[in-house]
Amino acid sequence: MPKRDDLKHILVIGSGPIVIGQACEFDYSGTQACRVLRSEGIRVSLVNSNPATIMTDPEFADATYVEPITPEFVELVIAKERPDALLATLGGQTALNTAVALHAAGVLDKYGVELIGANIEAINRGEDRQLFKEIVAKAGVRLGLADPDGLVPRSRVCHSMDEVRETVAELGLPVVIRPSFTMGGLGSGMAHTDEDLTRIAGSGLAASPVHEVLIEESVLGWKEYELELMRDRHDNVVVVCSIENIDPMGVHTGDSVTVAPAMTLTDREYQNLRDLGIAVLREVGVDTGGCNIQFAVNPADGRIVVIEMNPRVSRSSALASKATGFPIAKIAAKLAIGYTLDEIPNDITRKTPAAFEPALDYVVVKIPRFAFEKFPGADPELTTTMKSVGEAMSLGRNFTEALNKAMRSMETTSSGFWTTPDPEGATRESTLAALGMPHDGRLYTVERALRLGASIAEVTAASGGIDPWFLDQIASLVELRTEIVAAPVLDADLLRRAKRAGLSDRQLAALRPELAAEDGVRILRHRLDVRPVYKTVDTCAAEFEATTPYHYSTYDEETEVAPSDRPKVLILGSGPNRIGQGIEFDYSCVHAVQALRAAPLGAAGSAATDAAGSGAVGYETVMVNCNPETVSTDYDTADRLYFEPLTFEDVLEVWHAEDSSGKAAGGPGVVGVIVQLGGQTPLGLAQRLKDAGVPVVGTSPESIHLAEERGAFGLVLARAGLRAPAHGMATSYDEAKAIADEIGYPVLVRPSYVLGGRGMEIVYDDATLRDYIGRATEISPDHPVLVDRFLDDAIEIDVDALCDADGEVYLGGVMEHIEEAGIHSGDSSCALPPITLAGSHLTEVRRYTEAIARGVGVRGLLNVQYALKDDMLYVLEANPRASRTVPFVSKATAVPLAKAAARIALGATIAELRAEGLLPATGDGGVLPPDAPIAVKEAVLPFKRFRTPAGKGVDSLLGPEMKSTGEVMGIDTSFGHAFAKSQSAAYGSLPTAGKIFVSVANRDKRGMIFPIKRLADLGFEIVATTGTAEVLRRHGIACEQIRKHYQTGEGADAVSMILAGDVALVVNTPQGSGASARSDGYEIRSAAVTADIPCITTVPGAAAAVMGIEARIRGDMRVRPLQELHAALRAAQ
Amino acid sequence: MAKRRSAILVLEDGRTFHGEAYGSVGETFGEAVFNTGMTGYQETLTDPSYHRQVVVQTAPHIGNTGVNGEDDESDRIWVAGYVVRDPARIGSNWRSTGGLEDRLGVEGVVGIAGVDTRALTRHLRERGAMRVGISSVEDDPRALLERVRQSPQMVGADLSAEVTTATPYVVEAEGVHRYTVAAVDLGIKRNVPRRLAARGVTTHVLPAGSTIDDLLATGADAVFFSPGPGDPATADGPVTLAREVLSRRIPLFGICFGSQILGRALGFGTYKLGYGHRGINQPVLDRVTGKVEVTSHNHGFAVAWPGREPGTAAGPVVPDEVIETEFGGVQVSHVCLNDNVVEGLRAVDVPAFTVQYHPEAAAGPHDADYLFDRFAELIEGRGPDGQPGAGRNHSEGRTNA
Repeated sequence: MPKRDDLKHILVIGSGPIVIGQACEFDYSGTQACRVLRSEGIRVSLVNSNPATIMTDPEFADATYVEPITPEFVELVIAKERPDALLATLGGQTALNTAVALHAAGVLDKYGVELIGANIEAINRGEDRQLFKEIVAKAGVRLGLADPDGLVPRSRVCHSMDEVRETVAELGLPVVIRPSFTMGGLGSGMAHTDEDLTRIAGSGLAASPVHEVLIEESVLGWKEYELELMRDRHDNVVVVCSIENIDPMGVHTGDSVTVAPAMTLTDREYQNLRDLGIAVLREVGVDTGGCNIQFAVNPADGRIVVIEMNPRVSRSSALASKATGFPIAKIAAKLAIGYTLDEIPNDITRKTPAAFEPALDYVVVKIPRFAFEKFPGADPELTTTMKSVGEAMSLGRNFTEALNKAMRSMETTSSGFWTTPDPEGATRESTLAALGMPHDGRLYTVERALRLGASIAEVTAASGGIDPWFLDQIASLVELRTEIVAAPVLDADLLRRAKRAGLSDRQLAALRPELAAEDGVRILRHRLDVRPVYKTVDTCAAEFEATTPYHYSTYDEETEVAPSDRPKVLILGSGPNRIGQGIEFDYSCVHAVQALRAAPLGAAGSAATDAAGSGAVGYETVMVNCNPETVSTDYDTADRLYFEPLTFEDVLEVWHAEDSSGKAAGGPGVVGVIVQLGGQTPLGLAQRLKDAGVPVVGTSPESIHLAEERGAFGLVLARAGLRAPAHGMATSYDEAKAIADEIGYPVLVRPSYVLGGRGMEIVYDDATLRDYIGRATEISPDHPVLVDRFLDDAIEIDVDALCDADGEVYLGGVMEHIEEAGIHSGDSSCALPPITLAGSHLTEVRRYTEAIARGVGVRGLLNVQYALKDDMLYVLEANPRASRTVPFVSKATAVPLAKAAARIALGATIAELRAEGLLPATGDGGVLPPDAPIAVKEAVLPFKRFRTPAGKGVDSLLGPEMKSTGEVMGIDTSFGHAFAKSQSAAYGSLPTAGKIFVSVANRDKRGMIFPIKRLADLGFEIVATTGTAEVLRRHGIACEQIRKHYQTGEGADAVSMILAGDVALVVNTPQGSGASARSDGYEIRSAAVTADIPCITTVPGAAAAVMGIEARIRGDMRVRPLQELHAALRAAQ
Repeated sequence: MAKRRSAILVLEDGRTFHGEAYGSVGETFGEAVFNTGMTGYQETLTDPSYHRQVVVQTAPHIGNTGVNGEDDESDRIWVAGYVVRDPARIGSNWRSTGGLEDRLGVEGVVGIAGVDTRALTRHLRERGAMRVGISSVEDDPRALLERVRQSPQMVGADLSAEVTTATPYVVEAEGVHRYTVAAVDLGIKRNVPRRLAARGVTTHVLPAGSTIDDLLATGADAVFFSPGPGDPATADGPVTLAREVLSRRIPLFGICFGSQILGRALGFGTYKLGYGHRGINQPVLDRVTGKVEVTSHNHGFAVAWPGREPGTAAGPVVPDEVIETEFGGVQVSHVCLNDNVVEGLRAVDVPAFTVQYHPEAAAGPHDADYLFDRFAELIEGRGPDGQPGAGRNHSEGRTNA
């Protein structure tokens, strides 16, 4: 069945901002889909509000709409573009829900748009829990199974708390609660008590768009499996991958440590899962494409229960694609336009078709990355609600190798077993007890329990069902550890066995203190010639020749790195997503690959020479990364992909393998390693790599140090006469207090060398300072604490700039933050071009930026943060690397900054790049044309995901420590329109009518009068707490007065009114300062989070919201593709 | 991860791998082949088709679920030697009755662990299946190589007599008895009679040397030729028997070796593949329905595409091409999508069809289980198009080769 020829134009919906449960895997899948569709000659329109995605780069679609993914805006796009079909199965739950809503509203019918990939009925059958249960039973009947009803947990769908209680009376506790139509398991949980039940089912009913929850029999502790399936329109079905969760049922699969392929199933049991998966897929009626099915298997008797299915490409399918080399999203896109599996070639072998099931000759381990440290008070217990913010994957030739590699990919304090001391006083009993609650890093606890003498059976029992096979694997490491510790010398044989088990040099150094740390182990290892080889991911366990160089390291006999004489550049990625380091950095890395693959070699100023004399264009790009969600780890992105941890040891070995094989082939080997695009992770390796002889290109490690080491940076500023807040460095409380006394409170304190404002706080008094120093030294013991004067009520400005070897500086963009300084730049919204800055300010910003770039010696990207207070510009910090805002600036100004940075790193000058057309011929992003569109970036925050152990919401107050997981862009001709779009994209639309609850701090009352008055004039009802109400009334604003929750009195209090859903918008700024500010209003803000109501916590935020609300009320929202906006910008340059 | 006794593996072209003793200590020889299945080692080990073969498992972890009393495909382990990378120290599964390595030890199977199985597999892929020796008692690879080169070849090996049942036995139908089948045991797997039994078929499993009279004496409605080891070119007895079955128009079904038997009975050639198909992920196209099934394979020989050079089957493939033979028209019903190897034959004028792969799975997917239904229909006298015999795929457009 060849491709359908009636589909000429397809609209693809992306997944929007990165949130917990929906991360960059959908950029990966969407990018693949867009590529495939365009290569088939189909016009592609795209909607995605996330500017940090590769898929929204204008070259990936014919019309790219960086607009909110809401039915309202997608309808505008449909009306304008009139596509033949809508492909919504590659954009996660967001895209699928939007498609369902568009169908329900009759929009698809109205414009004659066909939904491809999955039909509405199949989506409903897959997602509606009651329907799904029937489907599974039918599938069981079709297979002739004895007990088809036993294929699902006993359960009932409930629409009210009364129904919930009735059901639990029958099933007994514990029960699992799952709201319908939410993503990432949002709102679901396990209830062990009646209180749990009331809380979880209550919020679940609220979180579900159809106010529906499923209450079901607990399968807690059962083995958990997933299958990734694909079906074509000829009903051919293949299972791409099986995944086994090490954490048994009870922990969301996104939060579980998972392994592929399944390790503890016999063929009989595996085939039963496969038969059932295929039968369910057929019964649901997914037309074409990918689908994920989850199973629970009772370890005592093998009873299989089908948990759920996703009739779309999912996070697990991204993992399965990277784990097997089978590109699920790409194939799904081809199937959606009519191809069948047997017509599509397997990319990797090229000779065999995609109609097959990959065979793995390695083991894949995925470990989730959490960010509980960002949410004080949040319950760290892992449940059926996903809480992780990212993940790393690793491949090894055995389980322990893959496990150890994945553990050291996490970039947490511990870098694998034994790299940090055991908790004080840990005993066998206390450790076994700790296993009872699933938590981040539970495998460390498992290892410790085994090392302290617990048996495998005891650990299985204590952990609620971790399979003995996995535990025995960890036990084998414990035994190996004993052997290593006891051995008289670490000889080649023992070292090789340790490396085959996956132990890092750092882990070995921890066991052999005489070896002078990691470096000593490495020197010994190299002397004994114990080095890794690189195997290939080929989908077929070597049965056929593979042409795609997708590699992983292992300690085996034969290496498969193909020799190449082309000049190579290694690009180091950013590792697992976490708060502060996410998709934005992957975006920059991918751009570097694109730019360097296309770079003219041997051109003037280029460091590379074309050794082969072939006149070939482009460096050979080599990507190193361990994040399975990303575009950078698509084997199609770079010339070569190494799926490896970003540790010094692993990166050094990749460099060695590539460099020596390149030189052996007569080429120049690796001519450069790029560390400045992947965030802090690769940057932190720069100096050590350089010292080891690796050619680190771009800004030198010494220059990086100049910018990051406060004393050195102070000198750079002083030399250029640039202003900065008074500051000092302290390693003790006494030192810190002396500085604070000198420069005056409030002060901003933070550890040096951090990203995402980790550990950063604004401190107003001695007591808080003492408390902070006590905690901070634990965060980063090697580096001092920085103490800066904090500038109250300043405007914060962010600049991204390029600087070349000649010292020429190109301002990429100047962004003005909407919230005042003090809120982390990653969490605050900002506008580009700056909306209130004067020309003189911009001149000053340019002068400062140029001076810093030259003073530090930047070769590539530089990000500077400034504060403007009382018309004076202060330098807050400078980062000589790609920043989080690079993709946003690139989308807003039509200039590929990361591409330019990669070229500059390899020796090109800004003048050359201007001549080449990569940068505009004249001008820069510091001066945009007067009619340039306004782009607003808004952060997306994950507060809804977290609860305290008591079940209350966590505080949504913003501060200097970054908490957002992602961002969106709103772009339009006026600030109001752009801001309104950014809010729609991030949180759901701003209200246009209803009640607004206002409670502001005394210092903010003056500033709030105008925005609130305007809202009242627009017809909103104002409700305020006593003090606020008084001030508003004095200014002629009618408002209803309401008591705070702790004040006694008549009627509803503010919190219960918010929880009841009677409020459309909350405006709350914290009273006081420091810790007291946090407690004030906490109940109000967490109620807003719980009720999913927009909550504004700053005065400038309120002013911006007013502009946005006005724009929405006018109702003149329009959509414009990026291609059109960029063409206009370029024409004006 | 305590150290084990060292062992060596030497291929007949001299390539040597070092590893550790696994299973029994000793020395063994056979044909080195690789299997890419990620599950089903117990079924693989007990599959008689692996007789005289040293199996390399590409899946790195073997033995994770131990062994159990239900998954054996015959009453012993048949592989001549076993090559794995990371043997499990414990088996974990609710059906497990013991550890795999203990079982290998009890049955005297010499193995080797800790080998770069991927390098070995790539070598076999590039150079073809070849003889191999494993030894945990010999330290000198040259001495072992000498003995490898003296060990027997697979080409020309007649192994049916070594794997077949000594005496006939019966596997009763489940539920209502519908048909009786005489199965010629050339190395049968237990799941074949089991799949037949599920369709109301009683199977008489007969020794390889049985005559047509022995078959008829069972009162069989149909005859089945089983999978098994060895070079089909040596199987003169079973080929002759198949010709007698065909000439009597007795419904015939065969699997794997049985398919090669039918091929030779029809006058087609058989040849040795470079490195064979051994795994449970092989895509096979049913040329009648155009559908793809993911199937279990274990074959080193194949039927030459009639009229074409062996191994060059690709060429233009006419979907409903019918080749005339002594027994009437024959179609290639199934092909492997990876390499276009003939995976199924279907006689048009006599009631016979066979497949080169394993619809009984064990190990492997159940996608091809429908073929047992097709066999039942054939016995019932209904071809798919309602004609006696297997019937033509397309009633019109009969094209002669």
